[in-house]
This record gives sequence, C-alpha cells and structure tokens, in this order.
Amino acid sequence: MKPTSAERQGKGTVFVRPEICKGCSFCIDFCPTHCLEFTKDFNAKGYHFPILTRPEDCSGCDLCGLYCPDFAIYGERWKDIDARKAKGPAPAPPVAAKPLAAPRAQDPEPADPKGVLTGIHFMDGDHAACEGALAAGCRFVAGYPITPSTEVVERFAARIPMVGGIFIQMEDELASSIAVQGAVWGGQKSLSVTSGPGFSLMMEHIGLAAITETPGVWVDVQRGGPSTGLPTLPGQADMMQAKWGSHGDYEIIAIVPNSPQECFDLMIKAFNLSEIYRCPVMFMMDEVVGHMVERVVIPPASEIKVVPRKWTHKPKDEYRAFATTEDDPVPEMTKAGAGYRIHVTGLTHDERGYPAMNAGAQAKLVRRLVGKIRDNADRLMDVREDGVEGAEVVVVSYGITSRIAMSAVEEARKRGVKVGHLRLVVAWPFPAKRMRELAKTVKVFIMPELNMGQMVLEIERAVAGAARVVSLPHAGGSVHEPETILDAILEAGR
Amino acid sequence: MTDDTLLRDIDSINPVMPYLRQERIPHIWCPSCGIGTTVNCFTRALTESGMNLDEIAIVSGIGCTGRVAGYMNLDSFHTTHGRAIPFATGLKLANPKLKVVVYSGDGDLTAIGGNHLVHAARRNMDLMVICVNNFTYGMTGGQVAPTTPIGAKQTTMPFGNYEAPFSLPFLADACGATYVARWTVFHVRQLAKAMLEGLRKRGFVFIEALSPCPTLYQRRNKRGDGVDELKFYKENSVVKNGADTKEVGLTFNGPIVVGKFVDRERPTWLDAMNEHFGNVLGAEYSPYGGEGG
Repeated sequence: MKPTSAERQGKGTVFVRPEICKGCSFCIDFCPTHCLEFTKDFNAKGYHFPILTRPEDCSGCDLCGLYCPDFAIYGERWKDIDARKAKGPAPAPPVAAKPLAAPRAQDPEPADPKGVLTGIHFMDGDHAACEGALAAGCRFVAGYPITPSTEVVERFAARIPMVGGIFIQMEDELASSIAVQGAVWGGQKSLSVTSGPGFSLMMEHIGLAAITETPGVWVDVQRGGPSTGLPTLPGQADMMQAKWGSHGDYEIIAIVPNSPQECFDLMIKAFNLSEIYRCPVMFMMDEVVGHMVERVVIPPASEIKVVPRKWTHKPKDEYRAFATTEDDPVPEMTKAGAGYRIHVTGLTHDERGYPAMNAGAQAKLVRRLVGKIRDNADRLMDVREDGVEGAEVVVVSYGITSRIAMSAVEEARKRGVKVGHLRLVVAWPFPAKRMRELAKTVKVFIMPELNMGQMVLEIERAVAGAARVVSLPHAGGSVHEPETILDAILEAGR
Repeated sequence: MTDDTLLRDIDSINPVMPYLRQERIPHIWCPSCGIGTTVNCFTRALTESGMNLDEIAIVSGIGCTGRVAGYMNLDSFHTTHGRAIPFATGLKLANPKLKVVVYSGDGDLTAIGGNHLVHAARRNMDLMVICVNNFTYGMTGGQVAPTTPIGAKQTTMPFGNYEAPFSLPFLADACGATYVARWTVFHVRQLAKAMLEGLRKRGFVFIEALSPCPTLYQRRNKRGDGVDELKFYKENSVVKNGADTKEVGLTFNGPIVVGKFVDRERPTWLDAMNEHFGNVLGAEYSPYGGEGG
C-alpha cells in the first residue's frame, strides 16, 4: 500500500529506497506502532524490503530512519512535510567557504622573518636542522626522544612558543609520523625527526604520505644498527630503508647534508621539494653531522626562498583533490576546513580521493606517484663535483663520509692520481644518468659509505659494467680512516 | 515501495543523505550491521548541533567502522590501522577551529591504537572519539579483539575467549576523558544525544556504541542476526547515568550498563599549553590558535 499525499492516513509516513535495503528488519521490529512489514517481493540484490502496511498507524517518528543501517528508509510527520512545503524547497546543503583568497602560485616567497634567526652562529647539525625547518616555514613538529636526534626536537620545543606553532612529544614514532600528516592537512608545514629504531616505526606512514601526497620532511639522524645498535655512534645504513622502507611502490626524495651549515641550507630545500612534488622528503643526517658544532650562517629572511603550498583556487564543484593535468603531475592542495569536503585515504583512490579497488585505478595512481619523481630525476639531481671531468678514478660519497673522502682525494692528487670526487646531495632519486655519462671516461668508481654496501649498488646498476666499481664498506660506529680511501684510490690509479 | 510522485511532490529527502557521499552508497557493511545506525545518530547530532559542516573533520582508522569517514560528506581522512587519533591530533592542533571527530572500531582504537587512545585522553586532546564496539575484527573475518567477552568464540579463539577484555568506559575514564558514555545501537535517540553533547563538549570525548556484527560475532556465537542482538540489547540494558565506570564491565550474556558515565571539565592540551606559556613567558608569548582549541 502506497501512501500518497492525497490519501493521508496516520500522523506521518515513510519513504523507502528498496534498491539499497539489505533486509535487516531493524525498522520492522522496532517500529513503535508496528506499521511496517516485509514485502514478498525481492529487490535486485535479493532482499525483501519494508512497506507501510498500516499507514493509519504511522506516526512519522523516523525511528525507522534512525535504525536503518543502510539509509534505505526514513519517516516524516505530515505536519513537518507541510511546514517544509510552505517554506519552499529545502535549503541547499551548506555551501563551500571560498578557496583561500591569497593568490599563491608556486613561485618562491621570502621566508617569514619570525622563524629566521639571522646571524652567524656556532651550533650543531641537529640545531641547525631545526633552524632550517623554522626558516622554511615549518610550524608543527611531532617527535619522540631518540638519540642522536633528540636535540632537534629539544630546540624546536624551546623556539616554537615565540615563533608561533606547535611542538608535541607524542607517545611513539608511529604517532609522531602521522600527527605531522594531520597537521599538514590542517594547513601547516610539518616535520618529524628520529633515528634508527624510530625510523623503522615511521615506515608505515611514509607509505601513507606517499599515497596521499602529503608534503613533509622526515629527518633520520642515522646511527649504527640493526636494532638498537649503536645509539650514540654514526652510521649510514638507512639509505636503502629511506628509499624502500614502506611497502608497495612509491618514490621519495632523500637529501644528505654533510655539515651543520648544510643542515640549515638543505632543510629549506627539503621543505621546498616536498611542496613542489608533494611527497615525503627524507633528510638523511648521521650522528656526526648531527652532533658536530661548526659555524652556521643564517641569512636574512628576505634572502631565503620558500615555496608556498600549491593551494587550489578552484570552485568547490570543480575541484578534485587528486586530479592532475598533462602539464602538471602534482595535484593542487587544500586543507580541512576550507569547505571542499575532501576525502583522503590510504587506499588506492581515484581523482576525487574515493577508494577505487581495481587494477586500472592502481595503475593510474601508482604510475603517477612513481613517475612524478622518477621522470624528474634530472631536475632533482644535486651532486657536487670536483675534478671529475677527465678523471680516471672518481670517489662517490655522501654525508659525513664525503668530508673524509675529500681529504683522501686531495692527498691522492698530490701523488699524481687523476682523481675526482662526486658528492651526492640528493641521494634519491639516484643520479643514474650522470653516472652513465661519467662511466664513458672514468675507469674506476670508489664508494666509501658507513654501511656494508648500499648506494654502491646504485652505481653498479647505473654504469652496468662500463666501469669498475669498488665498494669501501664500513659497519659504522666511527668513520673511515682517510688512508683507507687513499689506498683504494692509489690502487685504482695504478 | 518508493513513491516517486510523492517524493517529488513534497520535495523530500532522507535526512541522512545530505551528510553522505551519495555516489558511494550502497555501503559495504553487511545486512543488519549496526555501523550505519550509528551514522544515522551522528548525522542527527550534526543537524541538531547547527555547526558549520565545513568546520568539522572526520578521521577513521582501518576496519569496517574505519569506512565511515569515506561515506561522510565532510573533510574526511581514512588513515592507517590504529593511527586515527594521532592523525586527528595533528589536524586539530594545526587548525584548532576544526571540530575533529575520530570514528573507528574497537580493534582499531583499543588494540593497535590503544596507546594513542590512552595518551590522547591523558592529554585531554580536544577530540570526539566514537568507538563502534562489535567485540570483534569484522573486516578480517572475526578474530578475537581486546573487547571480546570471555567465553565468546572467535576464529583465533576457536574454543572460546579466555583473555580478560577491556571495559572501555573504565579505560577512558581512568585516562582522563572529560566525557564518557556508552549506548547500544538499540538506543538510537540516546546515542544521538550523546553525540550531540560530545560535539558541544571541549576536551577528550569517548562514546562507545555497542553494535552487532551479525556475520562474525553473532553468527559464530549463535546469537542470531543483528535484529536479535538489538533485542538482546533492549532486554538486557540497564540505564545508569553517572555509574561508576569500575562497575560497567561487559560479559558474554550479562547485563549491559549504558548511560552517560563521565562529564567533567579539564583544560584541553592546547588551553594548558597557552595558559602555561602565557604565565611563564609573559608578553613574549601570543596564544596559539585563537578561539578554537
């Protein structure tokens, strides 16, 4: 029996969408006036669905609507129906707030002076990294104490009340590595910092940041491992973890400073790249770089170039949170509270951000997440070369090891070896193309690193047999002796 | 049956629909699952609150209840397993004007995410946590959860559970939540009211909503389907507002104490931070976050 407005019975009526009913009978069993029954008919999914068999008893109380777990039925009182009719059409759902007014392209802007401690300082790498983050506009840090990274959060905790922002010490690294992502979607630039075991705990959320394209910087002040390893001594054995540590296919950017000054300078670069590419940027320090104290020059704010977030200015009905164009593989961003009603999920998703559980959506998304970094590897390349053109031997190094390598290279030159030095500043994506070019003239590449041979595998992969590749592994806990590298150069130059 | 003429005539719409991403309905939940019922209650609370929906964000973890965020037409975040609360913490602190609601299940919030629940309550982070408790891991096929009553059968407790379960209101109370309530999906009006009070409350709000998992908890334990469980709730629930949370633990077939157990005031994390820095640093410090928080 169908209720119609012409044949009113009872105090109200119900409305049913049979196609989404799953036949649970909540509405029938808990209807206070027992006015509903199952039909004998089935819907397309094979469920019986309710109909109003005693319309004269329906009070329109909407208890059915409250109970219905499938949103398939609801009730309304005739007097409310009449009142709404008299008022005219239902008001539209709340409209979006306007997109943020300030037109902000991706052109760099001067840093906010509040966060910039301009001057000449004497500070360690951990503190310099913190100052770099503040200068880059980072106003949210979540962390958990772990040696040798703790000084970064200690300094942030002391500095942020005056700058304006939040530091929160979370209950573990899992929490801190996702709290920073919440903060990014709340509109802030964020950083988390850890070492060793904490880096392992953060890996799950590196994947989340990659798939949700959440910009941010994760600092790993590397120490000796595996496990608790050598908490107070250096290592460089997390380089592959930085690249591959979370499950699934994705790409990150990794930056490796070799001095407190670079901890400041490259931190700004790290934040800028994370905004441009909307991916996690791993800032791969080590215990020595973190704890060594050196001169650090912080320029005036006007000379520091900060890339603002790529806020969308599209109207609400046009904006798709993960839509990209042929010209730009990185979507425009918004934040919670801006009126766009975005959905952000760690599931494979479509352009709207809605879960899409199929191979086609997976291919489209993952190809873009990987391609936006991989296809721009040349643009992202940052290596510092010293005398590599015409060299027969090239030492490739990064981080603290590069400083020892440089002294060995200088000594070898004095002894007549044609040796160059190439330092990786951006370690990921790896500059494979540049290595291939050099392999046309270089006979031997030598790679000292504080691990049992990690980035050296990338050189081998890149040069593919076109040159000899020598690994100088070191298990960590100290740094290489310059003589070890010198001996390898002399041996190679013979 | 649908009366299209009538629907057009009176310009009518199911009150839940404006709150849903309608293109994603029907949802994935099983027939007679109670999660959708809790969503109805939540949407009625949103309507009643009169709040600007653009300023409400919802964060879920993983699991059946973890899918709620994806169906709500709000700024919504479907995060990793157990980590909805720390994500929500960052979101709230980055933009204190937002009302941030964490909507997730018992396994997500109290097992893998238990540490975060405990600490967010301790800090009195200004979040409203809705925990749909169906006593099991539904999405993975019905394994034992920290809430499974002793004696209940689950796939990883095939001879019946012998682990003592959490009493979630007691846990939340002990950790410092400012508002703690428990209702079942039979108590739709009371649950909606609790959610409304939760939306209006500042501080850490914890609302437990008992719900049937007909496919994996009810069926395995020969408790019928969802509607039978709702009848069980109806017959076995005892309303005790203000009850001592020490005494509201649940058993397999025993009485279910429901009600509003805790409603108190404590400074939120952000209020405490602003007040403390104001006292210690004086004029050097300007409060963070304006009116929110």
